Amino acid sequence: MANKQVLSPLPGTFYRKPTPDDPAYKSEGDSVAVGDVIGLVEVMKSFHEVKSDASGTVGSFLVENEDAVMAGQPILELSD
Amino acid sequence: MAIKVISPGLATTVQDLGRPGYYHLGIPISGGMDRYALRVANMLVGNDEDAAVLEAVFMGPELEFTADATVAVTGADLPPKVDGEARESWSSFEIKAGQVLSFDYLKSGARAYIAISGGIDVPIVLGSRSTYALGALGGFEGRALGKDDELKLLSETLGAGSGRTVAPELRRLPGNPAELRALPGLYWHWITEDSGTNFFSDTWKVAPEADRIGYRFKGGQHIQFNERERPFGAGSDPSNIVDGCYPYGSIQVPGGTEPIVLHRDAVSGGGYAMIGTVISADMDLIGQLQPHSETRFVKVDMEEALAARHDRRALLDKVRASLA
Repeated sequence: MANKQVLSPLPGTFYRKPTPDDPAYKSEGDSVAVGDVIGLVEVMKSFHEVKSDASGTVGSFLVENEDAVMAGQPILELSD
Repeated sequence: MAIKVISPGLATTVQDLGRPGYYHLGIPISGGMDRYALRVANMLVGNDEDAAVLEAVFMGPELEFTADATVAVTGADLPPKVDGEARESWSSFEIKAGQVLSFDYLKSGARAYIAISGGIDVPIVLGSRSTYALGALGGFEGRALGKDDELKLLSETLGAGSGRTVAPELRRLPGNPAELRALPGLYWHWITEDSGTNFFSDTWKVAPEADRIGYRFKGGQHIQFNERERPFGAGSDPSNIVDGCYPYGSIQVPGGTEPIVLHRDAVSGGGYAMIGTVISADMDLIGQLQPHSETRFVKVDMEEALAARHDRRALLDKVRASLA
């Protein structure tokens, strides 16, 4: 099956960690289940969890920590 | 009940044209951030232009209709869907009882206006149905919509019916970079000549914290204030004044770093010098700016500002004529 992508639901700033001192939610090779949090998007003074709507293994992140993201932009590639 | 909220989106609020008349008491004007799009959405479905609609920001809600209605979505390009099937923005379409209105990912702009024939029925508070969430005032229980909320309509009607549309040249949205026309203001002479030049020549970017209260911009050069004796009662920063009244659209630059343009839910006063004001005709455009969008401020004088206000009104008249 083709690779699946997790898209950002919102425009804003993307973070891979819950706080600057915590480890990233997900790293390459980690398994991801439907509903798992893979990062945060900050917009309008609040942080919104980005949840995966697919399951698989983390292939690669397509945006860096603290990058600007657009709504619908692919953030993460999952492989089976 | 006519609409059930399956998922609320990010911060979907009930808004009409606003609550003027209480700003001097600290109650902001509220209402749609892009009132041009709000008026057009109402016209499309056959409502009065000041009827209450839903303002969805960045992400659309999912709404189940329990009565037949006519709907129009204007403003941001947030593609509407009925039972998963795409519908056109800036056009009226019918939704049957039992069908679900949802939205695709935001393509451009920031705020979509969802008008429903009959208009949303929430109590009128101080003359308006608009939500002022920070003050827990107006709208649906003074807050953004939540899952399982149930909205009522003032009347169950099909209004003007489906199939009405607004020509692309009558849809007003910001360019890229966005250009916001501004009039130098009361404290313009407080900043250095170089900073005044830079303010209008730099390209700014919308900061992610921009919201209904104010839009913050970053990325331009530091605004330097002239050396001057601090007025009695003002704070210690060069950008501080003795507390004064803030107009809607006024531009303050706390610490000289990031200009903030006050918008519909703004505080009515405070202690920062206002270097200018974005003209009324361009306030709608601010409501459509996403985080990180490039923005330039364009210097105008009062004559140009009034001409722009006239042009915006004339454009609305064209929309009215085209839908009459």
